[in-house]
Amino acid sequence: MAKRSSSEAVAWLLFSAGGVVSALLAPILLLLFGVIFPLGVLAPPEHAHMEAVLRHPLTQVVLLGLCVLSLLHWAHRFRYALHEGLQLKRLRAPINLLCYGGAIAGSLWAAVVVFG
Amino acid sequence: MPDTITLQVTRYRPDADGPPTLQEYVVPLREEWAVLDGLNYIKDQLDGTLSFRWSCRMGICGSCGMTVNGDPALTCGTFLTDYAPGPVRVEPLANFPVIRDLVVEIDDFMRKLPEVKPWLVREDGEALDDVEFLQTPAEMDEYKQYSMCINCMLCYAACPVYGLEPDFLGPAAIALAQRYNLDSRDQGAHQRLDVLATAEGIWACTYVGECTTACPKGVDPAGAIQRYKLTAATRTLRSFLMPWRAR
Ligand code: SF4
Ligand code: FES
Repeated sequence: MAKRSSSEAVAWLLFSAGGVVSALLAPILLLLFGVIFPLGVLAPPEHAHMEAVLRHPLTQVVLLGLCVLSLLHWAHRFRYALHEGLQLKRLRAPINLLCYGGAIAGSLWAAVVVFG
Repeated sequence: MPDTITLQVTRYRPDADGPPTLQEYVVPLREEWAVLDGLNYIKDQLDGTLSFRWSCRMGICGSCGMTVNGDPALTCGTFLTDYAPGPVRVEPLANFPVIRDLVVEIDDFMRKLPEVKPWLVREDGEALDDVEFLQTPAEMDEYKQYSMCINCMLCYAACPVYGLEPDFLGPAAIALAQRYNLDSRDQGAHQRLDVLATAEGIWACTYVGECTTACPKGVDPAGAIQRYKLTAATRTLRSFLMPWRAR
């Protein structure tokens, strides 16, 4: 009989967490920095103020968390899209490497950008 | 309303014929006639060699599931007038081997079902015959929806994952496992966990949701699976954090 899979459980938990935080935070950030500030609906914050907010450890942790979890959400979804959508099950190992490796690489990059 | 409608019905005898073909029959179109009545008219009046399963004619036995115009449906609950002026295509359920014409073989499900122990499991050794297990209406509501399943296999026919991955335990088997997991009288949840929380169990499901759309009894297998994913994931986390308590 098949064995209980804890790696799938962890992958799914991170996928769900990524779905929730990206659905909650990404639209707000996009709306603020992609529409509202550029169009001048609200006055954008001073550069120095923005800088101070971005240097705050709490902001950094939240931003990094958003990036990491969203990437893991993507990895899970893309893995299934390739496995089943494109019927590439026999390439399981390289696909897993591509998806989760990509998510880890992206996370490292996000860390460099956020903390750099 | 025209007074006849054309049914295009799959004919197939694996031992004798080539690939399945569609045969057309013209049947009376009556307001109160379901697709199954059309098939029975064919069988009685036009062509006695047509094979299909049915029994109750009232959405209870679960044996009359077929693909009607591309969608899995109970033919006793699907009305011909909804497809007028026709034609209506009637094919066997998808994702199952065909025995003959519209009859499919569901042995795969019958093998998987007992694996999830779809019965009340008691661990305290009480002889079930001697005790009365009381249950409040609220406790019954917890699982009642899942107990409505009639094993009609429409959800398996609708599920793209089952089509690609025949080892997948499948929607109804998981919903039926939850039927007992959520029953206050049952103590077998952790035994079922070993079967459900596997790559062929809940983790194979990608939450397409077609099973719930297809289900004629409002069971919502997709919801049952999603809910169980959370249960299984929390269990896994707990066994990481408190390994001494893991079973
Ligand atoms: S869950 Fe619904 S569709 Fe699936 S077998 Fe049961 S009644 Fe049929
Ligand atoms: S004949 Fe029993 S469910 Fe349709």
